[in-house]
Formats: sequence, C-alpha cells, structure tokens
Amino acid sequence: MAIGASRGQSMRRFASRKSTTAFLLCLPLILLVGCFVVYPAFYAIYLSMLNKKMTAFVGLGNFAFLLKRHTFQLVIFQSCLFAITAVVLKAFFGFILAHLMHNIPGTTQKIWRGLLLVPWVIPLALSTLTWWWMFDPSYSAFNWVLNQFGLDNVPWLGVGWIARLCTITVNVWFGTPFFMIMYLAALKSVPEQLYEAASIDGANARQKLFFVTLPMMRNIISITVLFSLIVTFADFDIVRILTSGGPQDQTHVFATYAFQIGIQSGDIPLGAADSLFMFPILAFAAFFVLRGVTQRTKEIAA
Amino acid sequence: MSATTAEGRKFRKTSLHSQRLWALWGSYAALAVFVVIFLVPPFYTVITSLKSSAEISAQSGSPWMVNHPTLENFWYLITYPNFQTYYLNSAMITVVTVAVSMTISVMAAFSLSRMGFWGSQTLSTGVFLTYLVPPSLLFIPLFQIVGWMGLINNIWCLALLYPTLAVPFCTWIMIGYFSSIPKELDEAALIDGASYVQILLKIFIPVAMPGIIAATIFAFTVAWGAFLYPLAYLYTSNQMVLTVGIISDLIRGDVFQWGKIMAACLLASLPPIVIYAFLMDYYVAGLTAGATKG
Repeated sequence: MAIGASRGQSMRRFASRKSTTAFLLCLPLILLVGCFVVYPAFYAIYLSMLNKKMTAFVGLGNFAFLLKRHTFQLVIFQSCLFAITAVVLKAFFGFILAHLMHNIPGTTQKIWRGLLLVPWVIPLALSTLTWWWMFDPSYSAFNWVLNQFGLDNVPWLGVGWIARLCTITVNVWFGTPFFMIMYLAALKSVPEQLYEAASIDGANARQKLFFVTLPMMRNIISITVLFSLIVTFADFDIVRILTSGGPQDQTHVFATYAFQIGIQSGDIPLGAADSLFMFPILAFAAFFVLRGVTQRTKEIAA
Repeated sequence: MSATTAEGRKFRKTSLHSQRLWALWGSYAALAVFVVIFLVPPFYTVITSLKSSAEISAQSGSPWMVNHPTLENFWYLITYPNFQTYYLNSAMITVVTVAVSMTISVMAAFSLSRMGFWGSQTLSTGVFLTYLVPPSLLFIPLFQIVGWMGLINNIWCLALLYPTLAVPFCTWIMIGYFSSIPKELDEAALIDGASYVQILLKIFIPVAMPGIIAATIFAFTVAWGAFLYPLAYLYTSNQMVLTVGIISDLIRGDVFQWGKIMAACLLASLPPIVIYAFLMDYYVAGLTAGATKG
C-alpha cells in the first residue's frame, strides 16, 4: 500500500516534471509569438482607433475615412484583382507544369525542376528590380522586341491597366514554380493502380484527369491556392518596387498603401487601419487552409 | 484469323508506343518553352551586369546582347565600402536569424510532438496560424514597438523580427518530422536512462536531419530576401541590408546605374542560388511535407 502510494506520487511528480520541461522548451516560442505577433495584432486594433497625432480616440473614424476615400476604393479593387488573377494564373500554369514534369522520366526531371525553380529561388525584391529594368520607359528591352516586329512602344508602367497587368505578370512568374512543386508532389502521391483501373474501365485521358487526378489532388490544390491567396493578397515587394503604387495610385495594394500613409506620411493610425482591412480575407483563407491541412493529416493517418 | 489478331496487336503496340513518345517529346518541348520564358529576367540581369554604363546609355543595337563585356560593375561593387557593409549586414542578420529560429523551433517542436502539456494541441494550431500571418499585416504596430525599444535604424531589430517570420513554419515542419520518428526509439532510450535533452540531441536531431536542413533553408530564405521590414525600419546606409541597400544606394534621384544594379542583384542572389543548387531536394521535401503532414 505504502509502496503503491509512493510510486503513484513519484509517477505524478515525473509527469508534472515532464510537462514543466515541455512547457519550458516551448517558452521561447511563446514569448516570441506573444511579443511580436499577438501583442502587435491587438495593438494594431488599438492604434487604428486613434487620431493622427495619437492623442485622441476616434473609434472607427479611420476606417470610415478610408472607405470614403477614392484612392482606398482603388486599393481594394486592385488588391482583389491582383490576388485573384495572379493566384488563378499561378494555379493554372503550375498545374500544367506539374503534369508536363510528371510525363518525363525521373532522371531528367531534376534538371528541369532546377531550371523551372529559378524564379522562385532569387529573392523577390531583387528579381523585381530586373523586371523594372525590362519595363523601363526609355530603354525597355520589351519595347525593343516589339519594335523589331514593327509594333509601337508600350508605356509598361505608365498607364494604369498595363501597370496592373505588369505587377500580376511578375507575381505569376515568381509564384508558378511553387505551385508546380506542390502539385508535382501531389501527382506523385496518386496511386498508379487507380489509373490502371480507370484504363481497364475504358477511361480516356480527360476522364482520368477529371475523375482520378483532380479528386485525389483536391485537398492539396485547395491548401496551395488558399495559402498563395494569403501571400499574394499581402504582397508588398512587387508593387512597391515596380510602381510604388502609381500611376495615380492605380496599382496600390493594401500593403503598399499602408506603407505610404503609415510610414512615409507618418499617419500611423491610418496605416494600421489600412492593414487591418486585410484581416477578414486573411482569416477566411487561414480558416480553410487549417481545415484542409487537418483533413489531409487525417487522410494520411487513415 | 490468328494472323489478323497478331497483326492487330502489333499495330496497337506500336501506336501506343509512338503515342507515348509523342507525349514525351511534347512535354519536353512545352517545358522548354516555359524554361525560356522563366529564365528571361535572370538572363537579362546577367547581360546588363556585363555592360558598361556607356554601352547601356548608347542604346545601339539589341539590349539583349553584350558588345563589349566587362567586369567593371562587379569590380566596382566588390571594392565599394557601402556594398561590402550591406553584404556583411545581410550575412550577419541571416546567420543570427537562422541560429535563433532553429534553436527555438527545434526545442518547441520536440516538446509539442513528444512531450506535450496542457494546451500544447492549441499551441500547435496557433503556431500554424502564425505562419499564415504576413509581415505586411503587422509592420505598422511593430514600427511603434521597435521605436519603444530604441531600435529604429538599428540592424538588430531585424534579428528580433525575422524569427517571427521563420519560426512558425520551421516549428511546423519539425513537428511533422519529429512525429514520424517511431515512439519505440525514444522509449528505448528513456528506459536506458537517457534524459529528454539527450534524446533530443542524440536521437531526434540526427534522425530528423533532412527536416532540419529544410527548416534551415526556409529561415535562410526569409532572412536573406525580406524587404518590407528593412525598408520600413532602417534608413542609413551603415545599417542597411542588401535588399534595400541596392535600391537606396545605386538609384540616386533619376540616375539609375542599371549595370551596377544588375551586378549587385546577381551578387546578392548568389548565396540562395548556391544553397538551392545543392540542397533543393531537402527543401522541396520539407515544403511539400509541411502542407500535407501535421
């Protein structure tokens, strides 16, 4: 009896010691995330409700002010256009590339993959500089090519809609390789037997794609698309370097606009309010990413 | 009758074979087109970096060719003290970020995947959600916080902030790798009297080395390429890192020294390119596992 009790006690102490160690090992992570992610998030909400000098509380005044501003309406439009168009194109090209890569034998795949991943390997802030140089109004390398075919110069970054397309192009160029490797991994995980079974049942290539490949990849596709939606929606580098939001604020996205009004013009509360407009969309996407990942984990475990 | 079936079979076989061959060559051709399109900007970077300022502004002939290749841009940058400072700053911050992030995330991942405590499940989910927080969401409140700490225009503020971008994903993939290690392994070690620290150092880290490499590359990528934080918090050239230093230093007003800018981009992209060239497999494995495992 006494032995049993003492054993129970020491077991309990062991358990408590184990969980204490476990907690201490997590403590740096908790502190880091607490100080530089969770706290700033709440602080951002507080900040966004102050006036420019941060002396008075204005409630939702900053949000209302932004929504009424024409520039900000453009920002909402451009952010959505930029993110949705870029993600759809990246998903589409990534899907094609993954299939092409899947067709070729494994030995040469690595070389092709290496070449195709180059846009994604170069830091985005640096490769965007090259794009800027290629779009340069007076020395544009693209315009030279157009001139060779007898076409007129295009003011790449000087006209709203063309500049918007340019920012989307750079983002698609940068992000497609990521989709390719995610889809390629998913394609490889589809069991070969399923295709064989489909062939025996007389399925053609299109039917195999729609009834075998896509359902098997559905989860990865949704995770990748939603994840990319978050990253693209919050993108800063491309627009900041290529256009700084111009011409006439037509290419501003939330991040670059927040930078302009919050850091450059010094209206920190207004900038914080601008950033917070991203939150609903990010939270929406994050919720479904998390659901997709937990589902996927269960599928793998099962 | 038997002859016709044999013929038919033979015909079918060759047509299948040729079909496959067509698909193969078609794939190669399509991939080649994509590769050419994807490599246009890097190619143009290299071409421009080899041109002198005079050749760039002369605008004679094709901008896609070099007539008088020269290394003067590279030489200028290598001997340019500001550029050396940016490079050193970038390297220093990256090394510190990687070391700090990996220490924090390996410890946390070990604890979350094996030991557990009250609320550890919630914490794992929280870590994943933190990974989904983009830097552009919080840079304005962080500007205030960095200001309180007196770290505005101090490069060390990056060493504090970059880990917040790297640690969540590193922890997440390390949890995945650690969870895949059989429980029998650490149980056996526990019975032999090993402490948790010993289990972590002698079993988990060596066995999960591919995951550690993947997480390290991720932290490196984040720290080397980040643009928003240094742009917002640093403004003098002695504190700048490469991504912002190149822009603020080589673009003066309306004067764009494109040859030098492109050479600087090339030099600044070298470390990531070299690392990816050797360790791409680990990174891709870690990245694809990160989204599918939990």
